Amino acid sequence: MIEVEHLTKQFGANRAVDDISFQVGRGEIIGLLGPNGSGKTTIMRILTGFFPPTAGQARVAGVDVTTQGLELRQLIGYLPESTALYPDMRVESFLRFCGEVRALPRARVRERVAAVMHDCGLNEVRGRLIGKLSKGFRQRVGLAQALLHEPAVLILDEPTVGLDPRQIIEIRSLISGLRGRTTILLSTHILPEVSTTCDRVLIIDRGHMVAEDTAAALSRKVECSERIMVTVEGPAVSVCAAVGAVPGVDRVELKNGAAEGATSLIAYSRVADASVRRAIAAEVVHHGWGLIEVRALPLTLEDLFVRLVTEEGTPGPP
Amino acid sequence: MTLFALFRKELRSYFVSPLFYVVAAVFFCLCGFFFYTRLIFFVEYGFGLNILGNFWLAFLAGAPYSISMVMLLVMPLLTMRLFAEEKKLGTIELLLTYPLRDRTILGAKYAACAAVLLVLLAGTLCYPAYLQTLQPLPWVALLSGYLGLLFLGLSFIACGLFVSSLTENQVVAAIGTLGILLLFWVMTWNEAATSPQALRVLAQLSMFDHFESFARGVIDLKDVLYFLFFISFFNSLTLRTLESRTWRGR
Repeated sequence: MIEVEHLTKQFGANRAVDDISFQVGRGEIIGLLGPNGSGKTTIMRILTGFFPPTAGQARVAGVDVTTQGLELRQLIGYLPESTALYPDMRVESFLRFCGEVRALPRARVRERVAAVMHDCGLNEVRGRLIGKLSKGFRQRVGLAQALLHEPAVLILDEPTVGLDPRQIIEIRSLISGLRGRTTILLSTHILPEVSTTCDRVLIIDRGHMVAEDTAAALSRKVECSERIMVTVEGPAVSVCAAVGAVPGVDRVELKNGAAEGATSLIAYSRVADASVRRAIAAEVVHHGWGLIEVRALPLTLEDLFVRLVTEEGTPGPP
Repeated sequence: MTLFALFRKELRSYFVSPLFYVVAAVFFCLCGFFFYTRLIFFVEYGFGLNILGNFWLAFLAGAPYSISMVMLLVMPLLTMRLFAEEKKLGTIELLLTYPLRDRTILGAKYAACAAVLLVLLAGTLCYPAYLQTLQPLPWVALLSGYLGLLFLGLSFIACGLFVSSLTENQVVAAIGTLGILLLFWVMTWNEAATSPQALRVLAQLSMFDHFESFARGVIDLKDVLYFLFFISFFNSLTLRTLESRTWRGR
């Protein structure tokens, strides 16, 4: 559905996207994962025909993004970063406007506007001004706008950024609900997002593709954390000493903010499986302290990047 | 169809924002004030035989107490937001990723602003209508003057759209437009400051000179072509600016 070959985009001296190639099959949900400024938005803007690449090629459903701009934009539904919408328009009339601008027949506009408002849960705010909506609703309007013409490919730039946790879950389930109906490319810098919604993940750092993996493999990497959070009812000094002495634990770090009489610490280990956690638990119980928690801390995106960059030896630009 | 949908959206956003109403109020207040004071002035002192004709020439074109000068002041306020606001809000990205040609987007914005201009100009027709009840008017000359005002306004819009497409700051867009228009307007005011050869060229560029012949009741092809050229020149600059996203930074 999406074919990208050796895509490069240069802004003056800055190479925002550097020789990226990937393919997306029909009906797949693909996550573009990377920190801010890594080139995700640039890739998406090229794919939506907003601007052409400096070098390389990209095709969406066989349509070239550089030469067939208008056909391309018929095929794509796009939710731009930070969901830019007209604040002085009302939800329903904005969606109608989007349909008319896409030259859908009048009856189809009516039918599709009703359908996307239902799908995105917008019926209760249909008459409200977009500028007065909460961020979650605005994001849904943006999504509805992108879905209106039943596009072959949906491109979502950071669909959950700036939302509260409940809204994030709503948007994610909305996206998951589209699985199979269209091909989706979404970008994010939040790690759990890709593991919950995406089939495959492309990890991008400073314009380079660092890794391409399935969500399952990625979440395995994430679960294999070497940072273990331990909270114990016991004296800090002796707890630290005891946990630090457990085989497999390299060092421990005391954490502030534990309850009265309890000790919280983070144990660092190079062995990334459950055996270390089991050993820590056994050690704590052996000392007769109350064990409150032992859990592996999820890997942050920074950790993952550090690991990917060092593991695969990809030299980042200076 | 798509053009019409866009046009309606642009027109709507004029009439839902307070800006239009404030601008229209200022426009009509100033025009009404100038109409009244100029009329009294001409009736009291009377210049030449054709008092009413001279009055209309002064009211349409005479600086600074004329409709054209008020238009010069308010039109940049009507064009400033057309692109600048979309760039600020980021909605321009939405428009540019819809299956729309750049010239459709520009055309819709241009037409919407032109419609607002027509509303303003139509409002000023109450002055000649009022005078008609007192004394018959030179209607042909007047219509020619209004045609001139229309061309003038359409030129202002073309220039304003261009400046608005350069920035995401509406104030910058308005002041930039005002500056350019004022320059084109006053180009020949100080005739002593340039050599006669240069003056001939400047006179051809000056918007005021081309407009004045309309206001006198003379529709000259040369003047019409001047305004058409002015409008298409700035519109093509605007299209280049919109297009610049495709080649900038290469």
